[in-house]
Amino acid sequence: MLSIARTLVGRDLLLALRRKSDVATALLFFVIVASLFPLGIGAEPNQLRAIAPGVIWVAALLSSMLSLARLFAGDHADGTLEQMLLGAAPLGVVVAARTFAHWLVSGLPLVLIAPLIALQYDVARPLYGVLALSLLLGTPILSIIGAIGAALTLGLRGGGVLLSLLVLPLYVPVLVMGAGAVEMAGAGLAPDGQLLLLGAFLVVAAAFAPWATAAALRISIE
Amino acid sequence: MLEAAEIECERGGRKLFGPLSVRVAGGELLRIAGPNGSGKTSLLRILCGLLTPSAGAVRWRGGPIGELREEYSRHLVYLGHAPAVKDELTPAENLHVACRLMGIAADASAAALSAFGVPDIPVRKLSQGQRRKAALARLLLSQSTPLWLLDEPFAALDTRSIAYTEELIGRHLAAGGAVVYTTHQPSALDARARVVDLAG
Repeated sequence: MLSIARTLVGRDLLLALRRKSDVATALLFFVIVASLFPLGIGAEPNQLRAIAPGVIWVAALLSSMLSLARLFAGDHADGTLEQMLLGAAPLGVVVAARTFAHWLVSGLPLVLIAPLIALQYDVARPLYGVLALSLLLGTPILSIIGAIGAALTLGLRGGGVLLSLLVLPLYVPVLVMGAGAVEMAGAGLAPDGQLLLLGAFLVVAAAFAPWATAAALRISIE
Repeated sequence: MLEAAEIECERGGRKLFGPLSVRVAGGELLRIAGPNGSGKTSLLRILCGLLTPSAGAVRWRGGPIGELREEYSRHLVYLGHAPAVKDELTPAENLHVACRLMGIAADASAAALSAFGVPDIPVRKLSQGQRRKAALARLLLSQSTPLWLLDEPFAALDTRSIAYTEELIGRHLAAGGAVVYTTHQPSALDARARVVDLAG
């Protein structure tokens, strides 16, 4: 079972490597959206510092939305998804592996590049760690919850827009906790509570959401 | 081995077929016949568990397949309309992933592909028939999987590959496996196949 999961993660990374533009688009989108705010609002350092956590987090949400629609669509179109449903491993495991690969390709790069974005906002150096940590805990949740939406809207016309409407409201708690952790740290308070909540959310989502996604996939493929 | 009792299929509010009872035993070849749109693919998808029949049940060795899930799917190979190969990967990489997914050893994948004469270049550059062959190569590696469900296995194939596929199916039947397939092309297998006709 684990070997199947490993094979699928390997396959998805290989596919991402051969389709570099897909990965680059989501990452560039994140960078550009996050860079537009300082240009639009003006270079008032205090203002920028205040909005930085929120803006970076919102940009991360939108960027993760961008790649979600492709999570199952390609496999659905070429019949691979049917083979996954008929595989030797429980569908929940397959979904978990694919979601993990999706995060590796679309979420992890955001975590790594976020400090660079924070530089544009003149965020205090000690906050870089909190920002990266909040994204490290939060972006996997985005992939995991987003997968449910991607599975539900699979094969629908205009599924991309519907997917955003379905999933973005569910991202709200992650956004509040993630951006909140950075803001608290900025105010000189300990962000531990928010980060722990984010971690708890991640654990619960990782344990249950893949099964919901699996059920949604079975419905969508009928 | 496989038994479908009184199944009915409805798609988009329209009844496609049923009630229909099908039974497939080891060593048996079953051909699903019928004109376009009569529900051949739907029946195959019901048999492999991708589609839930609107009435009736499918059982594998006595157990309902909806409950068996991967216990059942481990015992079947399903070749659908789409070849289930990724454009960016080579046929060998595709076959490797497909085998791991089915839980079978992928050691002989290179041999299986060369048996079908599939070149090892990215699938994107292959023709329709070659893609089909890259998918069919899975059959060669799943000889010990008892149930084969094949949707139009001969579509887009050249005569040599059709003969080879027929030979593979024949060998599988001789080894006690069961095969259910749909086709529009007359083939050498027709004589030994039991036919379920969805038209009448």
